[in-house]
Amino acid sequence: MSDPIIAPRPTQRRTLGWVLLEFLGSMNLAITLLVVVAVASIIGTVLQQNQPYSDYVLKFGPFWFEAFDRLGLYDVYGAGWFVAILGFLILSTGVCLYRQVPSMMREMMRFRTQVRLESLRGFHQRAEWRLPGWVSADVLAEITSAFRAGGYRWRIQNHGDHQVAAAMKGRYQRLGYLLTHAAVVVIGIGGLLDGNLWLKLKEWRGAITVETRELAARDVPAASRLAPGAIPAFRGNIMLPEGRAANFVFLRLRDGYVVQELPFAIELKDFQVEYHATGQPKSFVSQVRIHDEEHLGDQPLDATIRVNHPLTYRGYSIYQSDFGDGGSKLELRVWPLAVSRLEPVDVNGEVGGVLKVAGLTGPLDLELTEFRVFNLQPEPDAQPGDRKFRNFGPSVGFKLRDATGEAREYVNYMAPIQLEDRWFFVSGVRAGPGENFTYLHIPADAKNGLDRFLRFNAKLRDEAGLRALLAHAPTLDGNPDIQHDLSLVRLNLVGLFVQGGFAAVMERAKAVVPADRLQEATRLYLEILRDTLAEVFLEVLRAEGVNLEQGVGAREEAFFNDALSALAVLPGYGSPFYLQLTGFQQVEASGLQVTHGGATSMVYTGFMLLSVGVFILFYTSHRRLWAWIADEENGSRLILAGTGNRRQAEFAREFAALEAALTRRLGAPESRREETVMECTTLTSNPSSADGKGE
Amino acid sequence: MTVMREAMFDQWEQPSWWRRLTVWDGLWTLLAVAGSGCAWWFYQFQMDSYEVAILFGSALALVAWGWYWKPARLFVLAVALLALLALWRYGADYELRKSAFLLKYFLESQAAFMWMSALYVLATLVYFAALFGRSTFVGKTATVLTWSATVLGMTGLLVRWRESYLLGADIGHIPVSNLYEVFILFALITALLYLFYEDRHRTRALGGFALLAISGAVAFLLWYTFDREAHHIQPLIPALQSYWMKIHVPANFIGYGAFALAAMVGVAYLLRQRAETHRPDGLLATMLPPSELLDDMMYKTIALGFAAFTIATILGALWAAEAWGGYWSWDPKETWALIVWLNYAAWLHLRLTKGWRGAPMAWWAIVGLLVTLFAFLGVNMFLSGLHSYGTL
Repeated sequence: MSDPIIAPRPTQRRTLGWVLLEFLGSMNLAITLLVVVAVASIIGTVLQQNQPYSDYVLKFGPFWFEAFDRLGLYDVYGAGWFVAILGFLILSTGVCLYRQVPSMMREMMRFRTQVRLESLRGFHQRAEWRLPGWVSADVLAEITSAFRAGGYRWRIQNHGDHQVAAAMKGRYQRLGYLLTHAAVVVIGIGGLLDGNLWLKLKEWRGAITVETRELAARDVPAASRLAPGAIPAFRGNIMLPEGRAANFVFLRLRDGYVVQELPFAIELKDFQVEYHATGQPKSFVSQVRIHDEEHLGDQPLDATIRVNHPLTYRGYSIYQSDFGDGGSKLELRVWPLAVSRLEPVDVNGEVGGVLKVAGLTGPLDLELTEFRVFNLQPEPDAQPGDRKFRNFGPSVGFKLRDATGEAREYVNYMAPIQLEDRWFFVSGVRAGPGENFTYLHIPADAKNGLDRFLRFNAKLRDEAGLRALLAHAPTLDGNPDIQHDLSLVRLNLVGLFVQGGFAAVMERAKAVVPADRLQEATRLYLEILRDTLAEVFLEVLRAEGVNLEQGVGAREEAFFNDALSALAVLPGYGSPFYLQLTGFQQVEASGLQVTHGGATSMVYTGFMLLSVGVFILFYTSHRRLWAWIADEENGSRLILAGTGNRRQAEFAREFAALEAALTRRLGAPESRREETVMECTTLTSNPSSADGKGE
Repeated sequence: MTVMREAMFDQWEQPSWWRRLTVWDGLWTLLAVAGSGCAWWFYQFQMDSYEVAILFGSALALVAWGWYWKPARLFVLAVALLALLALWRYGADYELRKSAFLLKYFLESQAAFMWMSALYVLATLVYFAALFGRSTFVGKTATVLTWSATVLGMTGLLVRWRESYLLGADIGHIPVSNLYEVFILFALITALLYLFYEDRHRTRALGGFALLAISGAVAFLLWYTFDREAHHIQPLIPALQSYWMKIHVPANFIGYGAFALAAMVGVAYLLRQRAETHRPDGLLATMLPPSELLDDMMYKTIALGFAAFTIATILGALWAAEAWGGYWSWDPKETWALIVWLNYAAWLHLRLTKGWRGAPMAWWAIVGLLVTLFAFLGVNMFLSGLHSYGTL
């Protein structure tokens, strides 16, 4: 880093090996590689790495998916070409180091007493004295005293007609170059060894095949299993449900995995997530038990693993890295929404499992995807920045998938939620993962249940029952014909409403009524509909045993309005039933990462070299001073020159002080370097490199 | 004769560093050690052994800083006194921030940050006024404003540290945990680095340029506060609950601050170059420091930034090994840190071995800041990964 590559000596033969070495060690290649690695690294940050391959197909289409796959863009940092570039950078640095070490060592050890007068006179820092009456031995004594006072070490060589005192200080600055560049090589090699290089080698040699099917670990064929110690280093993951144990981890590779067996089993005794009042997680804690007959006998090892506090056992480090549901057991009640009979079905399910349910047009897959005990979320009516949170209680998330594979996602809360002092059962629905949930709010009845709303809903779909009910309803004039017509209209309106909400009623009005009377007719339709729905609702209340002699209370009226809002959006809800969570037994799962072996200590050594080296490199300076002393007629001549390879401004000051000190003793110099305006004008070049280095 | 000679060279001889220390340096050392000792005495129940080591390590760093650069002492003293005043006024009642005059208008962290913001912006204007008006007095005013802003900002951070504990013992943490807090740190460190070079080079001509970068950070901070309400103290997520945060983040921001300063010096360099060819007698060509000084300062700040950034990235890798199970996972933040590192490594190689100077290097320093900015801000905005501790 600190000096240019030395020009080849003319006598050296240019063999192919020499040319290759020259190329690999060249600064141009090194700088190009630095930039190329930087640019190539960007790819993996722009394109999300190691996602399921189906996501990439959706994103890019089959053609580009294939092209990007060939280039290894889904795991750029493991791709052959990227590793090759990194390897090249390491090689280039290594070659540079190999070629520089000898000259660096010479530079550190040698005092360079073979200096020519012309080159000293070409230095930026120099001064020249003509000293009448001085003998060179006295001058030399002055100079060496000065060197000693400045903390320099020196050598003196007598060249016959002149003597040279060559001094230097801070030679260990050269170590900065060695340490930093050695560190890059050490870290680079260590890093490559720590990557999934070993796994790739195994795969390349055909010793292992990547499994892409979703299988239970015990069903994974032997071709995709690695025994303990089969590869020297790995980093694998396992999702362990509470109460379960595993003696293996999964190593991900591209769109598949292999199973790496461990020489011990990890049992998850308990997993806990704590939350702050703001809903952010506060801690993830796994209580694990290590079973290892060979080393522990029948005395298993209990340990706690937290984020930032891994467990290391027999060279295997176990980290807290993820969490999830380990198959919580859910008790569910399926309430039909689209039929006139209200007969709920109770089923039990497990998160991660699939239930078969009957849909309107065929069977549906009910995939239970998520269960949460706590749902800390911002208050629904909070202003931005209010930072009020509420726990909305347990929820179940599920998908309804039809025969074509289309799925809608739902999230249903177990307990009613209070909104503006009324209580609702809340269910969110969305058509796909990227969209926002829209919510269905079903008013809770007096017993905090769903019954009243669902009975009301069922009654509206019971055509025979409705007909009978509406036939009895009193009218103003008692004309049976009008009565009959009116009941038909009412029946129709209710039918439209439950099939398509208020929108369907309005559509119908638009279709049958002339435009000039549309507004009036729509109002009339809605009035009739509302009255009819109210009658049905009263019937529901009567059946419930609610005393209606004092009229309908405010609570019932509010319920009725809320029920209407819910019914109106029900056609868009997309599920033929309402899934109520009635009970649960939570089983949590902890995601553990297990790492083993590798060259971590090597990399850390590299880190140390780099940290030390970088400061030596920038903040120390290798300084040299030369005194060229010759006897002249009636006296002697002294040429003083110096150079520093870093911190030249500081060196310029030091040299000026030395010159001033000598001036006080020897008199004013005959000539000196040009006076500079700013201290920094002496920084333009480093004369030591022009001076035939490595002599 | 020999004695005389030795005595004469004493004027050249650089006495060893400890012989150059004065009584004041001794007092400073005592003060720093006593201060950290008190902090340890009062708060040891909150600290693990690593944190105790970090506390005394920072005390040593403070001592060295004060020896190396004398104005740092006054700064540290002022900050310490103001922070202690705020702590004393607070007692154990966080709600006093809304009622106690001293807290509400000056020392409550939010108030202190507002003062800091206003003073930095003002200082930017005043620095430019000094440059264009060629006025030393105005320049001195700008320096005082910058120092005041930095004192208040640093006080605000310390007070915020305490406030987080007043909010709840399990919430308390050093305020370098999210984008809002580190932006303040960035402004403060950049300002301190600038003030150091202003003092060393005895020129205020670069003040406006350096403070422009800081004012940019302040503008972001104000938007982040008022539009995004990001200034609330948030509890730490589990991954951040580690002593590593106390060293990794500050080391990183010494790097970022130095890179920012280098880029602004690069801007000044380019302006001066342009002015020299177009209007050699004009204001910029005569008032800005000579190109060589700007060039050297660019190199020195990038070297400092590179060294600090190297340490910070290594600390980050060590932390990642503990928190995520691997010292390197090619997470977007890690990858961009590597890109920044490689970029400045290339810059330094070109300068030190190829001897490149001048405009191309100045442009590169400016582009380098953009790359750094992306690593620091863009990754949080556009890319998702493990290291997502601040979103917009």
